[in-house]
Amino acid sequence: MPDTSITEGAYNYAYLDEQTKRMIRRAILKAVAVPGYQVPFGGREMPLPYGWGTGGIQVTAAIIGRDDTLKVIDQGADDTTNAVSIRRFFAHVADVATTTRTEEATIIQTRHRVPETPLKGGQILVFQVPIPEPLRMLEPRETETRTLHALSEYGVMQVSLYESIARHGRISKSYNYPVQVNGRYIMSPSPIPKFDNPKLDRSPALQLYGAGREKRIYAVPPYTPVKSLDFDDHPFEIERWNECCAFCGSTESFLDEMIVDDAGKRLFVCSDTDYCEGRR
Amino acid sequence: MSAPTLSSPLLSARNVTKRFGGRVACQDVSFDLWPGEVLGIVGESGSGKTTLLNCLAGRLTPDEGSVTYETASAGAVDVHRLSEARRRLLTRTEWGFVNQDAREGLRMGVSAGANIGERLMAVGARHYGEIRGSAADWLARVEIDADRLDDRPTTFSGGMRQRLQIARNLVSGPRLVFMDEPTGGLDVSVQARILDLLRGLVEHLHLSAVLVTHDLGVARLLTHRLMVMQGGAVIEDGLTDQVLDDPQHAYTQMLVASILPV
Repeated sequence: MPDTSITEGAYNYAYLDEQTKRMIRRAILKAVAVPGYQVPFGGREMPLPYGWGTGGIQVTAAIIGRDDTLKVIDQGADDTTNAVSIRRFFAHVADVATTTRTEEATIIQTRHRVPETPLKGGQILVFQVPIPEPLRMLEPRETETRTLHALSEYGVMQVSLYESIARHGRISKSYNYPVQVNGRYIMSPSPIPKFDNPKLDRSPALQLYGAGREKRIYAVPPYTPVKSLDFDDHPFEIERWNECCAFCGSTESFLDEMIVDDAGKRLFVCSDTDYCEGRR
Repeated sequence: MSAPTLSSPLLSARNVTKRFGGRVACQDVSFDLWPGEVLGIVGESGSGKTTLLNCLAGRLTPDEGSVTYETASAGAVDVHRLSEARRRLLTRTEWGFVNQDAREGLRMGVSAGANIGERLMAVGARHYGEIRGSAADWLARVEIDADRLDDRPTTFSGGMRQRLQIARNLVSGPRLVFMDEPTGGLDVSVQARILDLLRGLVEHLHLSAVLVTHDLGVARLLTHRLMVMQGGAVIEDGLTDQVLDDPQHAYTQMLVASILPV
């Protein structure tokens, strides 16, 4: 039933009309049923440009309800322009509570990071995805990449990792690092740093990935194995820093490097602002 | 050649016919290829050689007839009735395909080592050092310097690219290799080197091969048996020396007579 108590009477609840939300929910159900498989959906025009999170917003709009608490992060921060405007958008059109606290949120829409605070069952992580196809840079034809997925022919992905080691002495890919979900589909985890890849593995939270421009939705259900691709003699490794966070002293979190004066003085701080503030 | 009663043919074609609209590209072709045998298909441009080869290799589906392949483990299979997954697996494990234009058969954007290693990785090799070791080994076997292992094929000469393509196909230890004019477009000295190499590899690895060529010299050097095609049909076949030394069909006589004496 359409919700008639619409904000200002101009839009349906959560911006999208009910038919669209049902269509997206069907796509999400299919995506959850086939972990890592890219489900096409009829992406709508959203009131922001492609590349700013149209896929993530559509997924969030389809699953959000009045009793949800929404957190939006961009590069780990709650206070960047994109995060602030998406959070205000949903506060406005969906009448939901918003938060910056990871533990309090029921839905976390994110770009480029997974929160440092471990997620719990019942939470949903919504990723904004620019290029959903992990094989795209290796195989430009969509018909061919679909065949490769259908037949699990993933040699070409391994070729790209081989090439990286041959050229740089190690697997140089540091973000959007390809993963295999539940031993089947190879999936792009969206441009999160590879530092966050281990957090996807057997996570208690539901992960939904929305690509607005390419009109694809895929998902990793709770507690699903997610393996980062590697070689036996070049195992997957995450980034390490010699420094700790200048604000909270964390040695465990993903650090951003900042140049703070004209002399080139460097400062390392947590990229996850909520985690950092919670520790101070 | 081994006695036919001891084993079954590796590849059998029966009445293979392929039409493009009303145009017949190859008609009613039947033959058996025995293990260890190299079969040549010769004929002029447009005689249906490449179409036939593509039908045999599962790249084209014939309109009539069947192609049966004796797999290493699972017995005889009809190539065109296999599921796409199994056919693609077959083409990258037990088969090889050497294109005339090496660019079609290589990944030009990645190094020679990655090109050779691709088939290994496609069937599950996940040890970088071992993959690289096999790639270096195969590079040496096709007579390319070891220090070119990390160079891209774009920096290779035409002959080197062709040899790289051969290495990339043979690394998985195929039993049957399809070759479409493997020396076409190369100068004579490079041709000779590749023919030498192919002859050695075929002998040492006990490969079977189907070789398409318009060059009777290549056919003479490499093949055991020859089929001559004209207008989509096989007009003569037999042992290579027999066909070339004592051609029966008028067209074959013309072909043989048209070799330029040097």
